[in-house]
Amino acid sequence: MKEVLEGSHAVSQAVRLAKVQVMSAYPITPQTHIVEALSEYCADGTMDARFICVESEHSAMAAVIGASSAGIRTFTATSSQGLALMHELLHWASAGRLPIVMAEVNRALAPGWNIWMDQTDSLAQRDTGWIQLYCEDGQEVLDTVLQAYRLAETVNLPVMVVLDAFFLSHTFEPVDIPGQDLVDRFLPPFSPKIALDTSDPFAIGQMAPPNVYMEMRRDVQKAMEQVLDIFSGVEQEFLNIFGRTYGPVERFYCDDARIIMVVTGTAAGTCRQVISDLRSKGEKVGMLKLKMFRPFPVNLIREDLGRVQKIAVVDRNFSFGASGIFAQEIRAALCNHPGHPPVFGYIAGLGGRDVTVDTLSEIYWKTKESDAPEDESVWVGLVNC
Amino acid sequence: MAGYNIPDTDYMVSGHVGCPGCGATIAMKFALKAMGEKTMVVIPACCWGVIAGPYPQSSLKVPILQTAFATAGATASGLRAALDMKGDSETTVMAWAGDGGTFDIGIQALSGAVERNEDFIYVCYDNEAYMNTGVQRSSATPFGSRTTTTPGKGWKKNRKKNMVEILAAHRIPYAATASIAYPEDMIRKFDKARRMKGGTRFIHVFATCPTGWRIPSEMSVKIARLAVQSNVFPLYEVENGVKYTINVEGSRPVADYFKIQGRFKHLTDEDFEKIQNMVDKDWELLLRKTSYFDRLT
Ligand SMILES: Cc1ncc(C[n+]2csc(CCOP(=O)(O)OP(=O)(O)O)c2C)c(N)n1
Ligand SMILES: [Mg+2]
Repeated sequence: MKEVLEGSHAVSQAVRLAKVQVMSAYPITPQTHIVEALSEYCADGTMDARFICVESEHSAMAAVIGASSAGIRTFTATSSQGLALMHELLHWASAGRLPIVMAEVNRALAPGWNIWMDQTDSLAQRDTGWIQLYCEDGQEVLDTVLQAYRLAETVNLPVMVVLDAFFLSHTFEPVDIPGQDLVDRFLPPFSPKIALDTSDPFAIGQMAPPNVYMEMRRDVQKAMEQVLDIFSGVEQEFLNIFGRTYGPVERFYCDDARIIMVVTGTAAGTCRQVISDLRSKGEKVGMLKLKMFRPFPVNLIREDLGRVQKIAVVDRNFSFGASGIFAQEIRAALCNHPGHPPVFGYIAGLGGRDVTVDTLSEIYWKTKESDAPEDESVWVGLVNC
Repeated sequence: MAGYNIPDTDYMVSGHVGCPGCGATIAMKFALKAMGEKTMVVIPACCWGVIAGPYPQSSLKVPILQTAFATAGATASGLRAALDMKGDSETTVMAWAGDGGTFDIGIQALSGAVERNEDFIYVCYDNEAYMNTGVQRSSATPFGSRTTTTPGKGWKKNRKKNMVEILAAHRIPYAATASIAYPEDMIRKFDKARRMKGGTRFIHVFATCPTGWRIPSEMSVKIARLAVQSNVFPLYEVENGVKYTINVEGSRPVADYFKIQGRFKHLTDEDFEKIQNMVDKDWELLLRKTSYFDRLT
């Protein structure tokens, strides 16, 4: 059934449909609507679950780690400062091999206080062992949360479902909310591979000396290496039941493109418009929407981007002292790929600044008209500079 | 109290890696005797994170969930919620943290959990410093103590934080102090806490550390007893934050306790007088709280 929903509520609806049993979260704009709806579901009996109102995000993640260790399906949501505060626990979740799902609303980090769209918060957590999936619209958010549970519980790694502040979290769109019977078919009850049990006592998270630690970390990477395959299986089943699919990357007019623009999140929606306009003027341009950032789909990137003339990456994030983070990862993926094209890195739309049709057109023309990148990162739309 | 039945079964096994005379190790042995096999132990960073054994071994015969330093209260809350959702009301969750993990870095998560009245037992084994990292001061380190971050003339000039009072202010259903030198009293309290399901129970266990306190390991229990006998560490219980019961009354001078420990060896008679004064005042306050409740009822 289609309903007009905020992106935030697409998350809450998916969590309800996933029959999560323990949730814990701490409020932060723009994540609040997600957890308020979930609190209501618990209060009015829509969900048979416990919502633990902890006193910080650090505790929220610790609480879901505790619950997940007992083999229960869990959920949390946060943004920006909250995610930064969770950092220590993100490692506990992934190395503990706990299939926790978290919604993360991309928001800028202070100072100065800024509650608007920016990807640096989630990308700064790229080395924590979490799978990261970026969404473009409300439907993708709902679907991705459901897929995230299947994925997480199959590979025993936590998944972060990422959505843009306001542009997605607070935007109302028609979203198809699937029936519980269909969701149950896609997502059976959680049957944990590890769970604390008094009749079979063992220790979780205990000391790991040099003789075992490295193998444990290698195991996390091995699980990461399976994600792409497992995700495609999960997507296939999702497609069979719900008729929708997204892919770890989505190609838009890529086949004969000379320049491919790489975008993430809601900017992909704007970019589709720009590509269509440019195509109607005869420009050979395409778009690659990156959904999966961890694990980084290196082979897909090489396949899709390795043969074009130029690549223009739009980063709504920045790694100080380096460059835009998506551009950095794409450069790294291509560097051992013989004859790869130049990567033009553009920084746009930090701290909630709009990435408009004009912004993306400017990026396209700049890329087309330059033989080589003038800089590692070109900052677009700066005022008084 | 005397003659209280101490269960024979142990849930702690030999081969753990505690130091000789470690009070925290003795404390766990007694605690689990009272708790039994239907217990899950949550351990944040602390000496017990090591004593519990490296992967794949364990020194306990009950499940252990180790967690980040600041998170015992929160992790235990989540574990409890999961057990509730599974319909397992029989198992008790027992958070087991050091003084650093309780008085300092973990106080926020603990306060949150107690305010929500989460259904678990939180134990602080108090060895009065960060022992695992090499004897640095904590807010549980007493006035007068040297540690590696309060060395030489910089010995600690601040009082120890009164954690039980902080918990009483939360109106926690049950808060108690216990000592490894009083096993019957301690086991009774754990047993009582275990039976009191439905809310948070806090037990503050005085646990000597021969390594950090610079005392001979064979003096571990004796020094713990002197702490009670001198009222430095009174044994008492608080129900619902208001009903106080004192279990043991001490009468010995504090110097008896202080003078035999390396960590206090720089203190002078003048300092002992000052400490005696502080201890007397604290004891007086505790007596007043006890009688205040008696008048209320
Ligand atoms: C966030 C964080 N900061 C610091 C540490 C280092 N650390 C580990 S144990 C510990 C001290 C623990 O002290 P306490 O809680 O009193 O337990 P004890 O070691 O004395 O048994 C410290 C500082 C850590 N593990 N995590
Ligand atoms: Mg300590």
